[in-house]
Amino acid sequence: MAKITYIEFNGTEHVVDVKPGLTVMEGAVKNNVPGIDADCGGACACATCHVYVDPAWTEKTGTPSAMEESMLDFAEAVEPNSRLSCQIKVTDALDGLSVRMPESQH
Amino acid sequence: MDGRILILGAGHAGGTAAALLRQQGWNGPVTLLGEEPVAPYQRPPLSKAWLKGEADAASLALRPETFYAEHHIALRLGARAERIVRGEAGGEVQLEGGEVLAYDRLIVATGSRARRIPLPGLDLEGVMELRTAADADRLKAALRPGAKLAVVGGGYIGLEAAASARTLGAEAVVIELQPRLLARVAHEVLSAFVHDYHRARGVSFELAAGVDALEGEGGRVAAVRLSDGRTIACDAALIGVGAVPNQELAQAAGLTCDGGVVVDLRACTSDPCIYAIGDCTRRPLPLYGCMGRLESVPNALEQAKQAVADLCGTKPPTPETPWFWSDQFDLKLQIAGLPLDVVRTLVRGEPSTARFAVFHLNADDKVQAVEAINAAPEFMAGRQLIASRRPVQPAKLQDISISMKEVAA
Repeated sequence: MAKITYIEFNGTEHVVDVKPGLTVMEGAVKNNVPGIDADCGGACACATCHVYVDPAWTEKTGTPSAMEESMLDFAEAVEPNSRLSCQIKVTDALDGLSVRMPESQH
Repeated sequence: MDGRILILGAGHAGGTAAALLRQQGWNGPVTLLGEEPVAPYQRPPLSKAWLKGEADAASLALRPETFYAEHHIALRLGARAERIVRGEAGGEVQLEGGEVLAYDRLIVATGSRARRIPLPGLDLEGVMELRTAADADRLKAALRPGAKLAVVGGGYIGLEAAASARTLGAEAVVIELQPRLLARVAHEVLSAFVHDYHRARGVSFELAAGVDALEGEGGRVAAVRLSDGRTIACDAALIGVGAVPNQELAQAAGLTCDGGVVVDLRACTSDPCIYAIGDCTRRPLPLYGCMGRLESVPNALEQAKQAVADLCGTKPPTPETPWFWSDQFDLKLQIAGLPLDVVRTLVRGEPSTARFAVFHLNADDKVQAVEAINAAPEFMAGRQLIASRRPVQPAKLQDISISMKEVAA
């Protein structure tokens, strides 16, 4: 299990254990963490699971694919550490990961 | 925030509404009633990733099994509602078997069902529709390498199933009554492209072909008989000819229905104690100034949010531009908006590159809809343009050397 901290826009923290193999998005949705909508269920089709990866972790979470990049290009309030959480697979190496959420996914 | 809420229908809409009620602080009892024996799950992958074996049953589930008990949501599966009895400030729902569940507020989330066409042979073994996880199980079992699937209906479900069948090594033939695929839902440029893309990957087509009957051998489907007398041999047949809203319970209870349960932007029906969300509704489409029925996950989610915000007195969700997606082979189709009041259609990019988008503009050069194939920037920018109602310059839109960022700026 990897412990992941999800921080809502208002600062509320949710620490949950996520099974390796799931995505960071699934870890949030399956634990009813608010703020990650994931309208398309993880098909990289909607950009409603946007998160900011803690800068200390951006290397471990990898780089976005071209598809993800172009979806992110049009999301609101994008920063250099923006990712679509449905595209980050959880592994044991991500134990301790922390992600923040934008004000809105829409 | 402490009344009894009953949600009729445990699909994507109902399941989401239950979770959101707890997220937004509803303290009263929440009961989620579903006819299927499984907890809420995602339907879109049933014809896509799940069918191809790229997603397992656990990943389909909207929430883990333990979620409902942990959040004090009474999940009643395999239960069928027979009647809604409305009262002054609430009412009750009678279940098959006689049980009665009282509610203070009711959320109707009964979804839609596959449209049935009266065809001889529908009861043959191997004739299927694709709506539920159980349907998908049966279809998957039939898609052995070398088996031949006949798909009646060249819509999104049928094409996704045909693509998945080919990926699994089965044969697929799609039979469509109209002269082109996706005739009711897509532009002809997209229809032609999808047709060629599928053909090149071994799907065969019978267009402008009516179906007279399904023919069997020993009780099992063996062929589809076309109106022109020809027969197409098959080992299984999938009927995918659209969906109809499950509005009967609401209608029998006297709620206003018109090809869907009529709701407002709070997802409220003609009874202030009853909400309706998802595929079963006919809802306002503020961007288009009309009412419509949308069959999509984004719509189910938006209406779940609307109902829950109204119930909990929280901030209503930002209005959504209608959209949906489809995966076929390695194609990602993303479609936003509705092609209403369209006077001109522009294609950005070259279909032969398998990366292009069809933009539908109204008389003021405002984008009404976009159909994007492997073209995420066009989809995302198109969606924003539909919502902002800012006119575009058609010449710029068609020039792929100008980025969508700039076109939308």
